[in-house]
Amino acid sequence: MSMASIKFIKRTSFLTSSQFSSHLHRWIDSSSRNKPPVTSSGRFGTVYGGRQLHTAASISSDQLSTEAPSRQELNFPGGSVKFTSKRIFISGSNEERAHCYRVLNENGELVIDNDLLKITKELAVKMYTNMATLQVIDTIFYEAQRQGRISFYLTTTGEEAINIASAAALSNNDFVFPQYREPGVLLWRGFTLQEFANQLFGNKHDYGKGRQMHVHYGSKKHNYVTVSSPIATQIPQAVGAAYSMKMEKQDSCTITYFGDGSSSEGDFHAGLNFSAVMEVPVIFFCRNNGWAISTPISDQLRGDGIVVRGKAYGIPSIRVDGNDALAVYSAVYEARKMAIENQTPVLIEALTYRVGHHSTSDDSTKYRPVDEIEWWRNDQSPVKRFRKWIENKGWWSNDNESQHRSNIRKELAQAVQNAERTQKPPVADMFNNVYDVSPKNLNEQKESLRKTLKQHAKEYPSNVPW
Amino acid sequence: MFGIVRQNVGGARGLSSQGLNSMVRLRPIASVIRNYSSATKEMTVRDALNSALDEEMAADPNVYVMGEEVGEYQGAYKITKGLLDKYGPERVVDTPITEAGFAGIGVGSAYHGLRPVIEFMTFNFSMQAIDHVINSAAKSNYMSAGQINVPIVFRGPNGPAAGVGAQHSQCYGAWYGSVPGLKVLVPYSSEDARGLLKAAIRDPDPVVFLENELLYGESFPVSAEALDSSFCLPIGKAKIEREGKDITITAFSKMVGYALKAAEILEKDGINAEVINLRSIRPLDRATINASVRKTNRLVTVEEGFPQHGIGAEICASVVEDSFGYLDAPVERVAGADVPTPYAANLERMAFPQIEDIVRAAKRVCYRSVPLAATA
Repeated sequence: MSMASIKFIKRTSFLTSSQFSSHLHRWIDSSSRNKPPVTSSGRFGTVYGGRQLHTAASISSDQLSTEAPSRQELNFPGGSVKFTSKRIFISGSNEERAHCYRVLNENGELVIDNDLLKITKELAVKMYTNMATLQVIDTIFYEAQRQGRISFYLTTTGEEAINIASAAALSNNDFVFPQYREPGVLLWRGFTLQEFANQLFGNKHDYGKGRQMHVHYGSKKHNYVTVSSPIATQIPQAVGAAYSMKMEKQDSCTITYFGDGSSSEGDFHAGLNFSAVMEVPVIFFCRNNGWAISTPISDQLRGDGIVVRGKAYGIPSIRVDGNDALAVYSAVYEARKMAIENQTPVLIEALTYRVGHHSTSDDSTKYRPVDEIEWWRNDQSPVKRFRKWIENKGWWSNDNESQHRSNIRKELAQAVQNAERTQKPPVADMFNNVYDVSPKNLNEQKESLRKTLKQHAKEYPSNVPW
Repeated sequence: MFGIVRQNVGGARGLSSQGLNSMVRLRPIASVIRNYSSATKEMTVRDALNSALDEEMAADPNVYVMGEEVGEYQGAYKITKGLLDKYGPERVVDTPITEAGFAGIGVGSAYHGLRPVIEFMTFNFSMQAIDHVINSAAKSNYMSAGQINVPIVFRGPNGPAAGVGAQHSQCYGAWYGSVPGLKVLVPYSSEDARGLLKAAIRDPDPVVFLENELLYGESFPVSAEALDSSFCLPIGKAKIEREGKDITITAFSKMVGYALKAAEILEKDGINAEVINLRSIRPLDRATINASVRKTNRLVTVEEGFPQHGIGAEICASVVEDSFGYLDAPVERVAGADVPTPYAANLERMAFPQIEDIVRAAKRVCYRSVPLAATA
């Protein structure tokens, strides 16, 4: 016997068996002093559903026996754990990565032959047209930035399926907490091309009143929370909103989108951990597109992506092919059902590729090979794949395609022109919404500015309204 | 359950703002109190905060408390004592150790219509969550152009306690006080604590509520009006704790007590000091401060925080802007020493304003007739 094991045996005999059991009894008594008792489901009964808390106080009769225990398992705080005498470290890396759920291959063929996904023609065509519209939107706005008409834009190229298919599987009451690469969700819910353009040009019709930088869309009527620049802050916010829904027993959930890079932020950890403890209906949707600006996934993390972290937090999770619209739809549909019926968070990791640059301020060819980008753009294009599928089903044709794209291009070009020509928000608006009721000092400053603009009208641009 | 009723889906706010503003006007004016018992009750600041939380939670089912140790432990400083038993774990939420997490979660729930009261065990720990306080809460109403408002309260002890060292002693009044979109309140007495916390919870904007650990145990007399559950103090109004005509001393939180004691000492030297309890750092009651300085012509500001970019600096600038001609002496700032707070008791005492420091500053402001000589 080694020295270590001798010490161990000595320590267990330190407490006599009667001291041991009376110690336990005191332990049980003190924890039940706070009403309601922790062990019963009554403590969390109304809110926390079926989950039982296992604490040291819920001790089996086995453990109360006066024999020196040679037990196989012990009820540690947190739950019963079996012992093993094999010193095996759980490996940090997997020989095989978690499998990826996919139902449609690159040729647009279903790899499973069942009607698990009851997608009607109407829904499928709506999904496709939205994906195509999203592509046109990206192209035209990107060009507008290059022409100097707007100062910034970021595209969703390669992630159209993630955007549209996930939105299609949700209901309009589900609160969306986006990162910034999910305008497709807003598009699905009915945000018009004109409304997009208004935000980008920051004109007086912009719901954000020109307060936000580009692509920071937000729309209360569409239940799409305004995009916020700091990364991953939307994750705990989504959990909080889900808590509110849980308290009201609403038939809805929240969904929050974030990228692989966001999963490094502290907020990711706090949000996921907390959501499991609070048992709230939230879908965590990670767009693992391989890049965080120029940081490749291999520099971002060393585990098997993000999906494996779900288990660490006690959250059911799935990895899905982000370029497969049907798989994304199916996963989100089921996740939503689970989240609401079981009041549980769910983690979805969608694997994909960020085909475009991070934004118009980035040139990704500087840090990754062009042929890699092109391969993903063409071979794995979610739009092409879905198009093949609906065409094979006879729901779409080349004529539909050219018609649709040219219509959207025209409509969008017109929207851009309108937005550009529309007046900017009035200067007086600059002082509103800092607080619910405008405070005296801001009112004074507003009045002072008004007087100045009036007095020195010649020195200020004439087309900026008060 | 609680039978929570919402007025509309998708972000209703419980007590809507139109109902609130009428309540905010209430102020305890002595002449208005009628037919109440003449015996004034005494109440600790701790009990004042506890009763305010209790009453607001009873009045509005959307109000809930979240933080570390607020539930089973009855609150790290027992401010939330008894609330878990009364309202259950759904409304008194014990959290894992993640300020960033629960601040963000609180803000998210406020986006959707709940009214969270988030407790930081001390505001020093709020630095781990400060992005959520500022970028997620303070700026949201503006950045969303009024589509989202955040009726959240962040509360907890602020500033030094006794012998807790550098990472537990910083005052955050100046940091939060500089952010548009936030309201920052600093109660002193039990009435302040009750009235301001109730106002904060009812306010539709995010409020940072800076308490003081050493004041929790202190007892103050409370009027019968202050004990009423509808009692509320206006946000943005300072209180003149002691009227005077020779010099104005502004202070907040624990320093109000010190300033009052300094005023008693100064009285013996023939200096009649007016002590202003700020109650609110943002919005700062510039009107009351300036009116007082125009009366006394001299100003000493007192705070425990670091001197540079502090509350005193802002008050001085405000007085210089509005009442320059009325000043008979430069403004003096009494502040904490410009060092991370030392732990040893003797050193800690040297690092924060004591009553004698306030007295000396007041005398300097009264007798200074020769300006500091310029070098060569």
